[in-house]
Amino acid sequence: MTYIRPKFRHPELQKNKLGYTVDHYEGALSTLCAGCGHDSISAGIIQAAYEMNIEPHKLAKLSGIGCSSKTPAYFLSNSHGFNSVHGRMPSVATGANLANRDLIYFGVSGDGDTASIGMGQFVHVIRRGLNMTYIVMNNGCYGLTKGQDSATADQGSKNKSGNVNLFESIDLASLAIELGATFVAQSFSGDKAQLVPLIKAAMNHPGFAFINVISPCVTFNNNLGSTKSYDYVREHVEATATVDFVPQMKEISVEYGKGTHKQVVMHDGSVIQLHKLAEEWDPLDRQSAMNAVLNSKAKNEILTGLLYVNPDAHDLHHMINTSDVPLNTLGKDVLCPGSEMLVDINAGLR
Amino acid sequence: MEPTNISDPEYFHKVVDCQHACPAHTPVPEYIRLIAEEKYTEAYMINWDSNVFPGVLGRTCDRPCEPACRRGRLEGKEEEPVAICRLKRVAADNKGDVKSLMPQGPFKPNGKKIALIGAGPASLTVARDLAPLGYEIHLYDEQKLGGGFMRSQIPSFRLPETVLNEEVNYILDLGIHTHFNHYVKSLKDTLSKEYDAVFVGSGAPKGRDLDIPGRQEGAAHIHIGINWLANVAFEHTAKVGKKVIVLGGGNTAMDCCRTARRLGGDEVKVFVRSPFAEMKASPWEKEDAAHEDIPIIDNHVPKTFVVENGVLKGMTFEKVTAEYDKDGKRKLVPVGGPDIFIEADDVLIAVGQENSFPWIERDLGIVFDKWDMPTVNEVTFVSTNPKVFFGGDSAWGPKNVITAVAHGHQAAISIDLMCRGESMTVRPSPFVNLVSQKMGIHEWAYDSAVVNDERYVVPQADKKVTLTNRKKEVELGFDHITGFKEAERCLNCDIQTVFTTDKCIECDACMDVCPTACISFTENADESDLRNMLKVPATNKSQDLYVSSVLPTKRVMVKDENMCLHCGLCAERCPTSAWDMQKFFYNVTKAHTGCSSHK
Repeated sequence: MTYIRPKFRHPELQKNKLGYTVDHYEGALSTLCAGCGHDSISAGIIQAAYEMNIEPHKLAKLSGIGCSSKTPAYFLSNSHGFNSVHGRMPSVATGANLANRDLIYFGVSGDGDTASIGMGQFVHVIRRGLNMTYIVMNNGCYGLTKGQDSATADQGSKNKSGNVNLFESIDLASLAIELGATFVAQSFSGDKAQLVPLIKAAMNHPGFAFINVISPCVTFNNNLGSTKSYDYVREHVEATATVDFVPQMKEISVEYGKGTHKQVVMHDGSVIQLHKLAEEWDPLDRQSAMNAVLNSKAKNEILTGLLYVNPDAHDLHHMINTSDVPLNTLGKDVLCPGSEMLVDINAGLR
Repeated sequence: MEPTNISDPEYFHKVVDCQHACPAHTPVPEYIRLIAEEKYTEAYMINWDSNVFPGVLGRTCDRPCEPACRRGRLEGKEEEPVAICRLKRVAADNKGDVKSLMPQGPFKPNGKKIALIGAGPASLTVARDLAPLGYEIHLYDEQKLGGGFMRSQIPSFRLPETVLNEEVNYILDLGIHTHFNHYVKSLKDTLSKEYDAVFVGSGAPKGRDLDIPGRQEGAAHIHIGINWLANVAFEHTAKVGKKVIVLGGGNTAMDCCRTARRLGGDEVKVFVRSPFAEMKASPWEKEDAAHEDIPIIDNHVPKTFVVENGVLKGMTFEKVTAEYDKDGKRKLVPVGGPDIFIEADDVLIAVGQENSFPWIERDLGIVFDKWDMPTVNEVTFVSTNPKVFFGGDSAWGPKNVITAVAHGHQAAISIDLMCRGESMTVRPSPFVNLVSQKMGIHEWAYDSAVVNDERYVVPQADKKVTLTNRKKEVELGFDHITGFKEAERCLNCDIQTVFTTDKCIECDACMDVCPTACISFTENADESDLRNMLKVPATNKSQDLYVSSVLPTKRVMVKDENMCLHCGLCAERCPTSAWDMQKFFYNVTKAHTGCSSHK
């Protein structure tokens, strides 16, 4: 039995600005089922981190439990990682982020880990506006326990044993918009051309960035009648826009057709280029984003691409006015200013 | 691009770089796997069928397969090709009884008589391929034993006589009528003896001379390299002077200098006109010469033989430097300064060899060109006389053993077709097979894991011993364990990645997992554009692109064959078995295996 990734890589791989080839961002060889959508997303994350010239030690990947939450083992081996408790990744991410605001926080979760056991944590991390990227690898079933319907399985979707799901599904993207997430996107694991720029833009976003990625479970939910199969998603996918993320303005090189392109300039000067496909949709307007999602849902379409972004977003540190210097770097003398200071404070309260 | 036609056997054949580069198209990965399994006899027989002289070639082959080996293209400057040649020797050294696996005579005569002129590798191959079909084969050679230049020019310390005798005898034992010590003086006479065909495998027997001042006066101690080597091989020459100059930069020069070291030459020096890097000798032969303390002095053009009182004293050389014009053509320009004198007791001239056909009358219908070379068909090897065939060095000048063998196979097919009254231009198809290697999850019928070992070095006998005994073989060969380890370095390029378009669900798993980024899913385009649209642009144009038909998303799968490790991960990660690893076996049809069933 052999299942070993050879050490050889293509000798002509390009290096990024840090001098790393893309394999520097790889992880262990996946043990998920062959053809799992999650592996494509992992490859998208590797590609995005490579293209963004991210120093691996400046990124922390966090996950909960499930097939999706196994994936951090399969990308960015040189980064920090924390595989936490089921559904509790957001609170671990919050703690880590508060302690060290200098890292890029990359949360990976699944539909069970987010929409069922972790729903409470999910909604609150959005409210808090934690500066992180939160990806849900959404396959509409509990793949790790043999494919029971999850809370994101669409009403009327048929599972592998032929049972139809009776319950309304939770739409994570509209929920995120509703709760005030400042970057919300939806994508499909089989469309890296769209997914990679979305991940790059999300990592660059200075607030809570959410990407719901439809990721077919090739073993338990890729059957006829499922609304999360490769075939179904390809037939029903509808994009808001083609996306291109440009870290610096001057690098813009793509020319779009007149009147159809929109640039969203982020606070740091980076740009999200959108070649608009959807009518009457404005990615800067929450209301219009909600409408676009609901309209396409009514038409049985899956709307993908960037749904909503607030370029002026602020994160939790800004809201609670913490120190600009990461808390974990502060010494005892700063953190514990001594009894004289305590006396002063107490005096101020009298 | 049009979808790749994988039903054309030549497509996958080209993916097996080593086999494709081998003139005889020996199924290299197949026999390397057998060596790893310690099935040395089977590995030997695969070789014997293709290249007839596995033991000889496992020591002396020019190994065109090795520069072609995919492993040498991999990342890292140190990555060297698999030691294909020396693995062949492992099979030959460790084989069991092979004779019982060879065609067993006596064969039922078919009434046809064939003459083979020269008992070198080309003629012997023709003999082996035709004898089992019932041909009466008459083999002529001026020497007392068969083998041709394998015997006369390859020294025993590289190729022991026992190994050569064994493999020559496998053929002679098929019932060949030998006419040794018989120099054929006239092709006309031979043709008059009612042969149905004559095959000329007389090699390139004439060593080139060097007509510079002093050549005549010093003749007693100036020797033509290949003649001198033959005299040593047939034990007419047993000694050489203490100071020896060898002229020339090819493999014959290397054999001359190393032989001279063993016959009493304490100070043997090689002088070459060209720069060291451009010498024709194989790199490993240059290394072996250096190992035996023989300096190779480049950029020296011989000017005169210095003879005093009828005795050779040495030679003078002019120092030059190589300059190149804009087309890369080399010119040797003198650097100035006085000529350099080098002392010598003997000089060996190894500056090339030529064909020579003084024994072929020019009124036999065989057209000779302005270089006095016969006109020979490149496919059928027939000359302009339909009964006379050429092969080996005698066809197009000096090459090597494996090329001669390849010629012999094709000439044998032609002779057989002609004798049966069939068209020689309709060649038999190769034998081809393609079989899935899948056994289960993570299980393949071949060792799919890619090992990281660097190329193993063949151990050599102690110099103290080898330099005093010209018959003592220098290379000791790999032992079983090293042979296994070296065999494991083979990437199994004959285990093909076979793609079935209608099974593909475009999940990208293969593209994501491929360690060398060979697989892309992209829009289709012309080849030149498509090569630039891949995950890593396909810049090596000698390697093909494998293109699928159009997928449901209107894209195509494109695989750049260049860097494929044949590790099987694409097939491993494919949920629908759209990728499968299939063993491709390609064997050139020989006269004795397939011709008679071919219509």
